[in-house]
Amino acid sequence: MKVKQVSIFLENRQGRLAAVTKALGSNEINIRAFSVADTADFGVVRLIVNDPNRACDILRANGFMVTMTDVLAVEVPDKPGGLAYILEILQKARLNIEYLYAFVEKRSDNALVIFRLEDIDTALKVFEENNVSLAPSQEVYQL
Amino acid sequence: MWNGEIETLCREQMREIQTERLKSVVRRCYEKVPHYREAFDSFGVHPDDIRSLDDLVKLPFTCKNDLRDHYPFDLFAAPKRDIVRVHASSGTTGKPIAVGYTHADIELWAECVARSLACAGVTSDDIIQIAYGYGLFTGGLGLHYGAEKLGATVVPISGGNTKRQVMLMRDFGVTTLACTPSFGAYLAEEMKDSGIPEEDFKLRVGIFGAEPWSQSMRREIESKLNLCAIDIYGLTEILGPGVSCECPYQCGLHVFEDHFLPEIIDPDTEEPLPEGEIGELVFTTLTKEAAPVIRFRTRDLSRLYYEPCACGRTLVRMERILGRTDDMLIIRGVNVFPSQVEAVLLSVGDVDPHYQLIADRSARHMDDLEIRVEMSEALFNDEIRKIEDVEVHIRKEIESTLGISVKVKLVEPKTLPRSEGKAKRVVDRREL
Repeated sequence: MKVKQVSIFLENRQGRLAAVTKALGSNEINIRAFSVADTADFGVVRLIVNDPNRACDILRANGFMVTMTDVLAVEVPDKPGGLAYILEILQKARLNIEYLYAFVEKRSDNALVIFRLEDIDTALKVFEENNVSLAPSQEVYQL
Repeated sequence: MWNGEIETLCREQMREIQTERLKSVVRRCYEKVPHYREAFDSFGVHPDDIRSLDDLVKLPFTCKNDLRDHYPFDLFAAPKRDIVRVHASSGTTGKPIAVGYTHADIELWAECVARSLACAGVTSDDIIQIAYGYGLFTGGLGLHYGAEKLGATVVPISGGNTKRQVMLMRDFGVTTLACTPSFGAYLAEEMKDSGIPEEDFKLRVGIFGAEPWSQSMRREIESKLNLCAIDIYGLTEILGPGVSCECPYQCGLHVFEDHFLPEIIDPDTEEPLPEGEIGELVFTTLTKEAAPVIRFRTRDLSRLYYEPCACGRTLVRMERILGRTDDMLIIRGVNVFPSQVEAVLLSVGDVDPHYQLIADRSARHMDDLEIRVEMSEALFNDEIRKIEDVEVHIRKEIESTLGISVKVKLVEPKTLPRSEGKAKRVVDRREL
């Protein structure tokens, strides 16, 4: 099941990330997971939040450039070799990963890892065939 | 003086020459160039109405757009078989303007550049290194023919390759350097870095043009290169370098007004301004055959002085260019219009591009152009790599349009200043 991720364009300037979190926080948007990718001049902040649609509206209203992307929240066994097992499945299926990042909190005995894949629909099928469980989006938002 | 008789002519005689030549060029334009005939007709003016210099104001202006709209050769007043050379410069939307020259025009150009060089104090004993670009740009070849006519020894090295420039400057005992001021300052740094003792260089005169510069930059170049820095002015639409040039008194550029008739107008009302007032410089070519231009609006700001100079010349003097009436930038001798950048952004799918051009002069005195572009839906992607691809694509497109290297920086939406009506598209941080 696909999860909606919110991505924001930020310049590498002081206080920009704080401006994002402040805008979301004051509007009761809770950040579940996030990652920052950056270059010398700019960065992209990726967020999993409790209400992605509303988060986008709020951020746009505050002048941010925002886009929504589909990602997968994969349950990875929280033990040595857990992630390696998932990556091997993807490799065998020749599926390219654009990026991935882990949740700050975990659910049950599994860690949750966000995957952004080149071909998300094929990945869904491959995970299903290999009995890899994906966290349902509503659950992810409410974690 | 290269042409002492003309350069010291009394005003009355100069006006006589100009009047005769004006009447003739107006008639020729009317007869040979459909654009001028239409423009004159719709303005209700006929060549017969032009009887004195005071009648000049009856004629319509010519703008850069007129040249662009008649690209490439539709404004030529001479048959194509008589055109022996074509030069071009950038236009406002990426489309260039082309200017043709007959044998007589090339000769006239060489004459004006020879006058300019002599005016600057260069003689046939000098060795001149021409570090303006050779090619479609008028700088290199323009200086070249004039320097040869003067009888100086020409080193046609063109631009770039600073290490070689410095080496030849020393080896050949070069006395005169001709290039853009920013390249001159850059060469000065390179000379210092080369470790060659200062006394091994024989430079004494610099002919700098194609780019606006400040008095403080002039003083800096003079002390670093140990020469007298002379300002030369010209533009492709009128001729190329050699329309006017300073003498060592450095108190305004002597306009070779027997060939180029200058006016200063109020850029808003288009009315002529009295002597000494700052306004837009307008030129009418009086003798050019292939591409004569009537009342060309240069968009350059200056003022005119008619009293004779201490050097003995009676030619009208124009003050060094004080600025522009439009938002054109000159970067490394190349004209840059914001609209060219806008066209590139539109072509990559940015529907309502917000951008800003920032010109700066680096520590090494080279002009840098940074283009800031607000991130938009069309450009944004969740993946860094794809954003970088977009950035590189925009940079390459702009570089290929402008012909100079630029830096592109993507910024957040609504961070670039917006002023009422027209956005602040251009920031010039160079000290001009």
